[in-house]
Amino acid sequence: MGMWIERHLKFIFLFPSIIFVLLMIAYPIGYTFYLSFFEWSMSSLQPPEWVFFDNFKALLFDDPRFWPAFFRTFYFTALALVFQTVLGVAIAILFNRKFRGNQLVKTLFLLPMVATPVAVGLVWLLIFEPSIGFANQFLNSLGINPQLWIASPEQALPSIALVDTWQWTPMITLITLAGLSSIPSEYYEAAAVDGANSWQNFWKVTFPLLLPTIFSAVLLRVIDAIKQFDLIYAMTRGGPGFSTETLNIYGFVNGFQYFKLGYTSAILVLFFMIVLGISSIIMILRKKTEVTL
Amino acid sequence: MRKAKRLTYFNYVLIILVTLIFIFPFIWMLIASFKTQAQIMSTDTALFFQPTFDNYRSVFGEHNFLTYIINSFIVAFVSTVFGLILGLPAAYAIAKYKQQKLGFVILIARIIPGISFMIPWFIIFTKLNLTDSYTALVLSHMLVGLPFIIWIMIPSFEGLPAELEDAARVDGCTLQGAFVKVLLPLVMPGIITSSLMSFILSWNNFMFALVLSGEKTKTLPIAIFNFMSYSEINWGALMAAAVIITFPIIIISLFVQRYIISGVTAGAVKG
Repeated sequence: MGMWIERHLKFIFLFPSIIFVLLMIAYPIGYTFYLSFFEWSMSSLQPPEWVFFDNFKALLFDDPRFWPAFFRTFYFTALALVFQTVLGVAIAILFNRKFRGNQLVKTLFLLPMVATPVAVGLVWLLIFEPSIGFANQFLNSLGINPQLWIASPEQALPSIALVDTWQWTPMITLITLAGLSSIPSEYYEAAAVDGANSWQNFWKVTFPLLLPTIFSAVLLRVIDAIKQFDLIYAMTRGGPGFSTETLNIYGFVNGFQYFKLGYTSAILVLFFMIVLGISSIIMILRKKTEVTL
Repeated sequence: MRKAKRLTYFNYVLIILVTLIFIFPFIWMLIASFKTQAQIMSTDTALFFQPTFDNYRSVFGEHNFLTYIINSFIVAFVSTVFGLILGLPAAYAIAKYKQQKLGFVILIARIIPGISFMIPWFIIFTKLNLTDSYTALVLSHMLVGLPFIIWIMIPSFEGLPAELEDAARVDGCTLQGAFVKVLLPLVMPGIITSSLMSFILSWNNFMFALVLSGEKTKTLPIAIFNFMSYSEINWGALMAAAVIITFPIIIISLFVQRYIISGVTAGAVKG
């Protein structure tokens, strides 16, 4: 018995996970692609009706909510990523020194990203509350007029991007810190021999060596930011109006509020391909930065 | 290692300031959870006020939070255990037999939007009468946890020298015996990291539970989200609920931050 297991160990060890992946990932994805060619509202009286590419046509050419949601998804991702990458790298460089309380600071810095997104989203809702929130009290003390924050269609999405930035800047910082500690000190010694100042040190030595690490961090973050659901749904459910409705939210609303399952599947197929496309582009870019070193 | 830079007074102030900004929302949440609705509504009592425990009483009393804590715990715990049972042997086989393609499939699972699975799951679980069951929640949460476990464990197993297995076999151990008795204890740090991550990801999960849970299996994120459906938001109770959800995770993170750091940065940093 033991011998038989040993001979087929590879198969036995992989089998449960493969079954799980097939049943819970491959099959559902295939089913979603299949359903995207049907019209169905999950009614047992009306079976799914084959409509071929009609769902996609309607989505791309006749749906007033699809393209705005598409652009919002990218606007949100770009906004959040620019903020958190710049801040994250800057804070990593600030933290990359020996100081008392170093460990404590790192630990405290970890907390935003492990905290439950729905819960912190609702805490930020109180902070952004126009009449009683801390955000406006703070602006007031600086002599700036109160803002509407997530209550206004223009500011709602940037406000949520701010919360995403608060939650995920620490991840960029921690990854960058790990990258910084892996740069060999010989590079800096060589630069010192050439008489480099600290500005040149950063741009000519640290930054190029750090670039692949930053790309990895950005890749992980883009994959998650583009799919951001918890914060948006908890804080605004896509409102006010449709001003924070990203593709993920639009898909969810169509599927589980309107129960347009075929149409939703078409949205999800497009969304799925967009996410896959963006991820591959960043992975290719990351490879390029490694080669030029 | 680079020679540590001299720390100026300015740097120190900046570091403290940045840290304070990032933990401010937690402080604000904690303070507000001890305030009455009137105290939250008035802006003059920001820091000095008579604290009240009413919010916590109401969260545990009329809002039944103990049930949701138990639900969340069961789902997170069981999905992590099953994730380990499936993931550890798989990660070992991928590392030992160089099954990179399977590793790639795991990466895909991390990239694909979770919502792409939800329509089929919803249809299937409804047909099987499994909505509002722990089974559906555990299975869906495993989908988040399992890729993380495999992803973290592959490099851990790759880091072990092959001679270990040979030595165990000389001692009369089968390969599966060596895996359990020799290899698993050696990758314990990886197992701790990946189970913590799997637990936290399940504890925090909102979207899957939003569709698949019901009255019987409602988890904490859904319970707190339901506060928003009242016409007037009870901010104090909402903040108390937020404290209850985030507290266990914050405590875990404070004690084992080393593991959490390697968990959240997994995949971006080699080694």
